[in-house]
Amino acid sequence: MRPNRIWAWLALAVGILYFALPLIGTIEFSLRMRRGVYSFDAYRAVLGDPQFRATFSFSVVMALMTIVLGVLVVAPTAYWVRLKLPRWRPVVEFVTLLPLVVPPIVLVFGYIRLYNTSSWLPLTGTAGGTNVLLLAGYTVLALPYMYRAVDTGLRAIDVATLTEAAQSLGAGWITIMARVILPNIMVAILSGAFLTFAIVIGEFVLAALLNRPAFGPYLQVLGANRAYEPAALAVITFAITWACMGLIQLVTRLQKHTQVPR
Amino acid sequence: MAFLDIANLDKFYGPTHVVKDFNLSVEKGEFVSFLGPSGCGKTTTLRMVAGFETPTSGSIRIDGRDVVNLRPNQRNIGMVFQAYALFPNLTVAQNIGFGLKVAGRRRSEIDERVQEMLAIIHLPELGGRYPFQLSGGQQQRVALARALAVRPQLLLLDEPLSALDAKIRISLRQEIRAIQQKLGITTIYVTHDQEEALSMSDRIVVMNAGVAEQVGDPFTIYNRPATRFVAGFVGTLNALEAVVTDPARGALTIDGQAIVLGRPIEATAGAKVGVALRPETVALGSRPEAGASLRGTVRDVQFLGSVLRVRLALDRQVVALDSFNTAALRPPAVGDDLEVGFATADMLVVSAE
Repeated sequence: MRPNRIWAWLALAVGILYFALPLIGTIEFSLRMRRGVYSFDAYRAVLGDPQFRATFSFSVVMALMTIVLGVLVVAPTAYWVRLKLPRWRPVVEFVTLLPLVVPPIVLVFGYIRLYNTSSWLPLTGTAGGTNVLLLAGYTVLALPYMYRAVDTGLRAIDVATLTEAAQSLGAGWITIMARVILPNIMVAILSGAFLTFAIVIGEFVLAALLNRPAFGPYLQVLGANRAYEPAALAVITFAITWACMGLIQLVTRLQKHTQVPR
Repeated sequence: MAFLDIANLDKFYGPTHVVKDFNLSVEKGEFVSFLGPSGCGKTTTLRMVAGFETPTSGSIRIDGRDVVNLRPNQRNIGMVFQAYALFPNLTVAQNIGFGLKVAGRRRSEIDERVQEMLAIIHLPELGGRYPFQLSGGQQQRVALARALAVRPQLLLLDEPLSALDAKIRISLRQEIRAIQQKLGITTIYVTHDQEEALSMSDRIVVMNAGVAEQVGDPFTIYNRPATRFVAGFVGTLNALEAVVTDPARGALTIDGQAIVLGRPIEATAGAKVGVALRPETVALGSRPEAGASLRGTVRDVQFLGSVLRVRLALDRQVVALDSFNTAALRPPAVGDDLEVGFATADMLVVSAE
């Protein structure tokens, strides 16, 4: 074996250890709730906790709504920028990157200041209003990922010509968007959606400061008060994320028209 | 009034004048080609008819109705693009039926029309395929069927064969023309390929730098080019410089060799004029009857199979000639001193300077 191959293998091994060891340790620890034997007690305790179910389903619903809102905002914008305002692309890209620069804590304090109960739009006064704020905040947080995914999808198709073809066949903007553009960037939208899902499920700052019963704050409370259950929860969260990534792969493969020509 | 009437059409992109005072009347069922080099404004003109570009000024009337202010999806125009532009997520049948579905037609009617169109393009078995499973030629036929399925009043084709290889191009241009004649649909065809334009069109509009240089049937465009540009762009051409000696008799000299055309030339004696001669009208050997001849030295000989292309150097200028290859004829050798002849009627005086 040539020396540079050895170094390559070594680097790989170090990398795998670096990522896998904490995970293996967490899994191992999560199985040790019952003294002396490995068991799934921690998982049973977590999954049986009504708080877990309530917060998790709250976050799932929020994630799905964030995805829908994100797609509705991002897809037409990215499409229009590509079609009619190509010179504005750098500006729009910069705006979509802002959520990575502005910390969520700043965002949420801004929200609270602007929409508190003595403001002109007292959204924080009701649970429903606060949920709307949370949804808006999540959409902002997911914006960089969603925009990039959708824009990459649009790059892969000839947006201008497909639009003109559809127009010459009598289609209006809504038809073009729904029947021509969206189906052809579905894979990109789905990858953006899964990223959004992963972000929203684990998000802590917005939910905690807006005092909504989301999964993130539950994770934190559990982590501060219990030993084995947080480890089990971490493993469950990992599994969900991986399942999402697997789903992206699966969807890409199942799409008939994106298969490689024979 | 003609079916399609384009009057005083102008288009500016900022300070650039890309289409200049374009006028054209197209009769119902006519096949008109816009021919010209890239950047000559032919595609821009087509896109203004389609509604994808807005004219700076001028009018476009289809069947008597001014369409300039109509959106593309209100014009009932079928369009075929160079890049096919089939919807990748839809099957062939769904692509063809797209326009009808948008128009809210009944399912049974759409299915029937799709089958009809698939039969017309000779791909009746491929309705269930996706575009990526088709060859380029098949995709373009599907695109044609999709454009025609909605029974448009006008069919526009924007260099539809440019992305295809030579063999498919020739068979498909015959097929497009046959379908166009069968359906009797008024068609505008944009191309930079003179062979395509000459072989398919009822009339050709030769465009250069935003101007329609000549409008005419293929025979006239080729044999009686109105301007030097048309003469040079359509077909290959010997463009030579001559000096007029006697305008009344049509006498002139090319590199000192006297030619008498036998028809008057609009120029003064001693003036320089441009004359044009198609290579295929020049033959090896002299032409005593109603003809003229030139002497020169063979510079090179290209053997193209059926055709022999000889370039003959005069004093300063070069004349190319095409001669059909026959096994009996020995090709001339480079350096041979040779006489070539042509009918004086074939020599065109294209511009007097």
